[in-house]
Amino acid sequence: MPAPAAHLKLPADLVACHECDLLQTEPALLPGQTARCVRCDAFLARNPPDSLDRTLALTLTALVLYVIANAWPLVGLDMQGRVVAVTLFEAVQVLWRDGMMPVAALVFGTAILFPLLELVMILLVLVPLRLGRVTPRMAPFFRLVRSLKPWGMVEVFLLGMLVSLVKLSHLATVILGTAFWATAALILALTFAGRAFDTRLLWQTPLPDEAEDLLVTSR
Amino acid sequence: MSRRALTAREAGLLSCHVCGQLARPPEGAAHSLRCPRCRAPMHLRKPASVSTTWALLIASIVMFLPANLLPVMTTTSLLGSQQDTIMSGVVFLWQSGSWPLAAVVFFASVMVPLLKIIALVYLTLSVQRRSTQNLLQRTRLYRLVEFVGRWSMLDIYVITMLVALVSFRGLATIEAGPGAIAFGAVVVLTMFAAMSFDPRLIWDPLAGRSADPHPAHHD
Repeated sequence: MPAPAAHLKLPADLVACHECDLLQTEPALLPGQTARCVRCDAFLARNPPDSLDRTLALTLTALVLYVIANAWPLVGLDMQGRVVAVTLFEAVQVLWRDGMMPVAALVFGTAILFPLLELVMILLVLVPLRLGRVTPRMAPFFRLVRSLKPWGMVEVFLLGMLVSLVKLSHLATVILGTAFWATAALILALTFAGRAFDTRLLWQTPLPDEAEDLLVTSR
Repeated sequence: MSRRALTAREAGLLSCHVCGQLARPPEGAAHSLRCPRCRAPMHLRKPASVSTTWALLIASIVMFLPANLLPVMTTTSLLGSQQDTIMSGVVFLWQSGSWPLAAVVFFASVMVPLLKIIALVYLTLSVQRRSTQNLLQRTRLYRLVEFVGRWSMLDIYVITMLVALVSFRGLATIEAGPGAIAFGAVVVLTMFAAMSFDPRLIWDPLAGRSADPHPAHHD
């Protein structure tokens, strides 16, 4: 597969907006600053302070919270002395047994599988980076993180759980489980990890030699 | 805009959607290009963006009817059996006094999918007509569609938790109905439709106003 040649004569700070394709220079960002497209106001880049350490710490926190959120019961229901408590995975299993396989698969993917994959992939990218071992091999993991991101919906799930509890509160006594609070904390950790992540850190390595071989100098 | 702005496409450059690298495609090679830095596939615009978006939109419009007309769950209790659609669930929340939640569920489950389909139809049509009006507003509309789309999953999670928790044999049980599958399909299809739409197509007609040697191909 041929690679388009990177153009060495292009200034390093020249970027194209992902939403309107405008060429512009990315300003040098002070810690905490965000760059936006001059034409369409799209997000271009952010310079979060201490990006690598903070992202790593928050992602590890999120992983611990994820384990708690999935291993303990989310919520319980006490109806005239009979108690039912479920974990997230058990809830998915009930749907599956009821013949709602597509819905069960959707919930399993968006609330269990994709958030976990995203956390693991971020760690696979960041841990080698933190240890100073940067290889182009981590690029596919990062690509996977990007394509999984819209499909991890833990925060929507928590709101859905709240709505269902309100619906049930007049029928039975609702018991909030350990996993409920872990899920709430998990959303915070994921949000702050996302904000702390400066993706530009991944691409500071020089281009591989073969790409430079393919350079087309001028038109 | 009064000042002529140069886009990456006009400059003969491709930008990588994963790492942002700009590259000049080697002459004659227009297909299966990969980013010299991160090896992600590179395209000038998302391939077949307009036709893919149309296909997914039509599919989601088809699924929209059963999603709203078929029951999403069946409640069986000592008082008898009751079937609920998405809308009757909202009405129930409203009547039981949970107005804020009724509003949230109405917005996430009824308004968002509907407005999302209408917005994407409008965006795709305006791109096909090569409209040069409301460029910034349309880009903002697209951003909004991408941002709120995931919240439609809310009702899927509500159903999941209700089905899993209310399983008191003899007292009360809740089962998911076929409407839930159709509703899940609408959410997934509209999310894919939003992802396949390329917002840069909104701005491309601006380039056509000057002497553009490479007229835009949208499909």
